[in-house]
Amino acid sequence: MVNQSIHHHIFDNGLVLLAEPMSWLESAAFALLVPAGCNYDPDEHLGLANLVCEMVQRGCGSRDSRQFINDLELLGADTSASVSNAHTSFGGAMPADSLMQALAIHADVVRRPLLPEDQFEDAQLVCLQEVRSLEDDLPQRVFHQLRQLRYGDPYGRKTCGEFAGVQTATASDVRSFFHETYRPNGAILSVAGNFAWPELQAAVERLFGDWQPRQAAMAVPVPSVETCRQVTVDSSQTHIGIGYASVPYAHTDYFQARGAVGVLSDGMSSRLFTEVRENRGLAYAVFASCHSLPDRGSVLCYAGTSTDRAQETLDVLLAELIKLADGIREDELARLKAKIKSGLVMQQESSSSRSTSIAADWYHLGRVRTMDELVGILDGLSCDSINRYLAEHPPSDFTIATLGVKPLEIPFGIPSAQA
Amino acid sequence: MEFLQHKLDNGLEIIAECNPQAYSTALGFFVKAGSRDETDRLNGVSHFLEHMVFKGTPTRTAADVNRELDEIGSMSNAFTTEEQTVYYAAFLPEYQCQAVALLSDILRPSLREEDFAMEKKVILEEIAKYDDQPPYGAHDRCMVAHFQSHPLGRIILGSSQSVSGLTRQQMLDYFRSRYSPSNIVVALTGRVDFPRLIEQLDRCCGAWEPFEAPRQTPPAADHQGFDVYYKESSAQQYIVQIANGPAVEDEQRYAARVLGTVLGDDSGSRLFWELIDTGLAESAALGSYEFQGTGLFMTYLSCAPEDTRANLDAVQRIIQQAERDGVTDEELQQAKSKILSHLVLQSERPANRLFSVGNNWLQHGVYRTVRQTMDRYQQITRDDVHAVLQRYSLSRTTTVTVGPRTEVYGVAARPLPAA
Repeated sequence: MVNQSIHHHIFDNGLVLLAEPMSWLESAAFALLVPAGCNYDPDEHLGLANLVCEMVQRGCGSRDSRQFINDLELLGADTSASVSNAHTSFGGAMPADSLMQALAIHADVVRRPLLPEDQFEDAQLVCLQEVRSLEDDLPQRVFHQLRQLRYGDPYGRKTCGEFAGVQTATASDVRSFFHETYRPNGAILSVAGNFAWPELQAAVERLFGDWQPRQAAMAVPVPSVETCRQVTVDSSQTHIGIGYASVPYAHTDYFQARGAVGVLSDGMSSRLFTEVRENRGLAYAVFASCHSLPDRGSVLCYAGTSTDRAQETLDVLLAELIKLADGIREDELARLKAKIKSGLVMQQESSSSRSTSIAADWYHLGRVRTMDELVGILDGLSCDSINRYLAEHPPSDFTIATLGVKPLEIPFGIPSAQA
Repeated sequence: MEFLQHKLDNGLEIIAECNPQAYSTALGFFVKAGSRDETDRLNGVSHFLEHMVFKGTPTRTAADVNRELDEIGSMSNAFTTEEQTVYYAAFLPEYQCQAVALLSDILRPSLREEDFAMEKKVILEEIAKYDDQPPYGAHDRCMVAHFQSHPLGRIILGSSQSVSGLTRQQMLDYFRSRYSPSNIVVALTGRVDFPRLIEQLDRCCGAWEPFEAPRQTPPAADHQGFDVYYKESSAQQYIVQIANGPAVEDEQRYAARVLGTVLGDDSGSRLFWELIDTGLAESAALGSYEFQGTGLFMTYLSCAPEDTRANLDAVQRIIQQAERDGVTDEELQQAKSKILSHLVLQSERPANRLFSVGNNWLQHGVYRTVRQTMDRYQQITRDDVHAVLQRYSLSRTTTVTVGPRTEVYGVAARPLPAA
């Protein structure tokens, strides 16, 4: 492994700065997470966080919207912005010598956006396009259904919101949301790549040090009462999503759960790939992954398969999930460890993947795990430890979502609702 | 960074861009075999063969191949285009020997009958997956409509009908006509042990029989057309337009890339400001793509069905304006700065750099450092861009649109045929 140093500094206003110098790269990357995700959308304006995210990029500080994009492009900065449930995130990668200027521009984005009223309608149309295009993305839709069933509201919300919520929002709603939620307390700025820590810390102090903290209220959580939703659409394939409870990233058993899901889905010799695709030819795309909220987690699985083989695919998927409780084998774990370790080393080649990874660590753990620590955790994983975890937490109480020409038969007496 | 090359007696070329500082190694077998080398009856065989290559050899079963790929912790995959099939893996340097042994072995596949039948189902699922996914085949249909009987007028995946009809013998014959060692380039990037590589490849691939594998590379005729396909369940309207552009051998391809960036990059371009920033379209992009003997400019547009005509008018207006007035100095600088920074960021990871190095050698038989490629773009002038606009008529296009509209420009929609 490498000689890794990860710095952090918490400013008086609550902003957390994380930094991982990678002197062998020519690039630098940053991620700025502001606690202004769609969890803060008012119920009557689902999609407001996304609309605000669009509006803050239409000019900031002394730049109008055109100057904003021109300046970033001349810096060679490949940037993006997106909304998740918890955060609105800005970030990007760039040649290392552009880093400080890109950060200065983004300080303006999150602190001094112009929110130009004459561009409000355009921004609204952009967000409505996003809502409508999601209609055509069937795998995404099945994932959204699954998340809604697993997490209820607001944690299962679609980040782009709903058509009506965006359409009825006003420029004044945008301003209010911005003033309430864009704040340093709860925000994380992570930087990775070729830079010097003292200069970075001083620059960030200058750019963000006097940002005033404030409080914002999230939507009141309401759990979902449904466990199954089957939606009829005219499609070639049936898109199947299955979810079940797991431990979140911050839990001490997380890597036991992650190991089990790795055996299910990481790599071409994984169980789902082997049983669903290789041995039966039921699907082209099939996978499972861990998903974490701060206080709870899920395993989410997906397969897309033709209508006439959808029932068999669902049955095979469920059988594999249930079989997982019987335990995993040494050879499966050995392959998984090799794969995860290679992935960790290769992260050292990418400033973007390190910047997003350390920010996620801080959000879930309040600290950053070093490579050495992760390798230690991996080395400590054994079949016994994972099997013990699986015996205590057998995959069960499945949540099922489907999108296709016809609904499937759901075993295990899971109550079914059709839409 | 050092470039090394070697040719085996049977014509297999081996090239490596060696970086002793890299954390990983990337390896690719670049085969000059793609949909343009097929016949209509064999359409889809290149891509199907790519899948079958992972199904084993006389000494390895499909499960062995999958397991061994995972054991070396590799990020491995393959893809097929109109002109090449590429098998690749990225791994930690200590696995170089195992990776070379595995990939060189699977490049001589058994093509067992039972694996062929099973994998055919997976391919049909892959076709069904794309059938459910925007732009619902608009890209493929546009290539077919534009290139007509030219070899590029074929769909990479093939149709469910052509794939269903393929036999193992046909695939074997195709393999024997394309997978000659003299038609394959082995490329490596990152940390490479070159002497050991040569010795090993000579042992593993030295006995491969060479044969002629000619390819037809005629220029493409100018074509114009407008086809509308009806898909009731689609929320958005999807539009693809193709016009002729510089071929891979043509030095004008650099200026064409710059022109594409000015007109149709996904941010900061003329299409962006006119259609995306205003929310009139969900996406609008234009770019150039090169093939042997011919090239193309492709425009992609998705928007609300009712805005189709106005948006197509706007695209046409933007192109005609460029044809009349060219591009400005400021636009030229901005586009270059984006392209150059993208080149730097892309080449940091050996796994990304592999494709530029391998592709360059396969197409041109030359090696270019990142710096040399950057210099080539740096030299592009406004006159170069204008010369491209004069030689190729971007406004003479073949257009295909798919969506819920029953007509566009008075052209009545036809039902969307099965994929």
